[in-house]
Amino acid sequence: MSIRISVAICALLLGLPCAPALADDAALRTALEAARRDFEARGPAGLDRLDLDAVQTVCNRWANNPPSELQSLLQAEQLAAVKYPEGGNYLGDWKKGEALAQSGRGLTWSDGAKVATGGNCYNCHELASTELAYGTLGPSLARYGQRRGRSPDLLRYTWAKIYNAKASSLCSNMPRFGHSGALGEAQIRHIMAYLFDPQSPVNR
Amino acid sequence: MKPSSRKTGRRAQKLLRAGAAVAAALAVAGAGAGQPTAAETQAEIERYRAMLAEDNPAELYAARGEELWNTPRGPKQAALAGCDLGLGPGVVAGAYAQTPRWFADAGRVMDIEARLAWCMETLQGFSAADIAARPFGSEDHKSDMEALVAYVVTASRGYPIAPSQKLPQERAAYALGKSLFALRAGPYDFSCQTCHSQDGKRIRLQELPNLTRREDVRRAYTGWPAYRVSQGEFRTMQWRINDCFRQQRFPQPKYLSETVNALITYLAVEATGATYNGPAMKR
Amino acid sequence: MADPMKIRARLAGDVADLRVLMAHPMETGQRKDARSGQPIPPHFIQKFSIALNGTHVLEAQTGMAVSRNPVFGFKLAGIKAGDKFTITWTDNHGETRSDETVVA
Repeated sequence: MSIRISVAICALLLGLPCAPALADDAALRTALEAARRDFEARGPAGLDRLDLDAVQTVCNRWANNPPSELQSLLQAEQLAAVKYPEGGNYLGDWKKGEALAQSGRGLTWSDGAKVATGGNCYNCHELASTELAYGTLGPSLARYGQRRGRSPDLLRYTWAKIYNAKASSLCSNMPRFGHSGALGEAQIRHIMAYLFDPQSPVNR
Repeated sequence: MKPSSRKTGRRAQKLLRAGAAVAAALAVAGAGAGQPTAAETQAEIERYRAMLAEDNPAELYAARGEELWNTPRGPKQAALAGCDLGLGPGVVAGAYAQTPRWFADAGRVMDIEARLAWCMETLQGFSAADIAARPFGSEDHKSDMEALVAYVVTASRGYPIAPSQKLPQERAAYALGKSLFALRAGPYDFSCQTCHSQDGKRIRLQELPNLTRREDVRRAYTGWPAYRVSQGEFRTMQWRINDCFRQQRFPQPKYLSETVNALITYLAVEATGATYNGPAMKR
Repeated sequence: MADPMKIRARLAGDVADLRVLMAHPMETGQRKDARSGQPIPPHFIQKFSIALNGTHVLEAQTGMAVSRNPVFGFKLAGIKAGDKFTITWTDNHGETRSDETVVA
């Protein structure tokens, strides 16, 4: 989605201060123009990755703190696009989930097409107490299932968080793993099992 | 990011070696009797840092770079003695610390690497395409550019970082760099800021500087370019920015492009006043 | 040909602190090429020696467990300004390199 459309969204919402935004729009436009000129496609990383969608446009435009009306509007749109698993079957194999949580590979230009995309979980989150090499950009998820149980609501909420973190927090740092196609339904089910299964090291 | 498995063996060896170095340093540090004072501890830490700095393999690259600088090369068989890095033809000492800057002859804001490439093109007759073909070296393909950069930045050790912001073009480069730093895009919606705008965070065990804070920028910027132990290679700022974009899952920035130079300008300006003490040794 | 070594000799009393930085890939033979999947042949320094004013004073055997571009440090007693150290390494390809430094 272009910046022009995002400004149109802004203009559509009554009472938003769209005018002072113009200087920032210019800076964003200049940055995007430079990027389109200066980047080149390589491996799986094509130039289409510089085509911003509505969420990226709005988060860029408002420095990750857009007006609340715009936030609600776009979050609702993102949530409506979340695809839940067939038959409410949320939980896969936690062992496969662990392998996915450990892997930070995939989608870079140096990854071949055959490289399986990982879940990147440990890059930012604490999970199993036995894995000390965890990142701290995201909150700790230690004993996730043990602490929170596994009610249908929680399963649904957690699925949506992994599928599209922007559906609940528009400018979250967390990628939209399902929405972007980085992870498929089976993979998200495995990661869900890693979080919820009582046998998973996350809960032991 | 997780290391690929093919490197694990080598990395383990390096860690072993690094461990041995630390053990040796600790043995030296522990030689004094009694409880050391804070000042003594600090002095020993400084001594350990000095030992590491002395043994930095970046020196091997700098030595090769110095030879490359002085050797007539390229279709025009010229040395780089006539190359103006901003302080006049042939002046190397302190020149890096004042980049990126506007170069009127090229009509561009250039970082040190872009300027070296300019000199190689105009004075020595190398083609831009050849220079950009494989700028980041590996064991079986040594990069002349990395060696030249190692030589030139080493000659700025002890100089204050002072990139010019006098000209509107230089201020525009800074502003562009700042905008690009915040630009979220790609399949993971990452920007530079995603990882580098909070204090005390890390990816896995790798600590992340908060590059929206001057102190962190200064510490980071004055150590780069650097010798990367895990790669066994000297790496430049062009490489540093390039590899950040790779991890952001962006397409690849063109070598020496305005985008990369703008980001380097942004960091350099934020680091203004700090004393350059690179090239450092990084994991 | 291999790049030159960086050698430093610092004198404290009659003890020289000698530090040698060698430019060498130090391939273990256990890595595989990322593209071809073929093993990368071993290529490492097998031995090096130090001579003081032409007299052999030290010989070291090294292996593939040493890092790329390695650094070695020694303390040698009975040294005075003007003494000359010559360091020579030989790798498993039979390649050799010699560099020297004079104690200042």
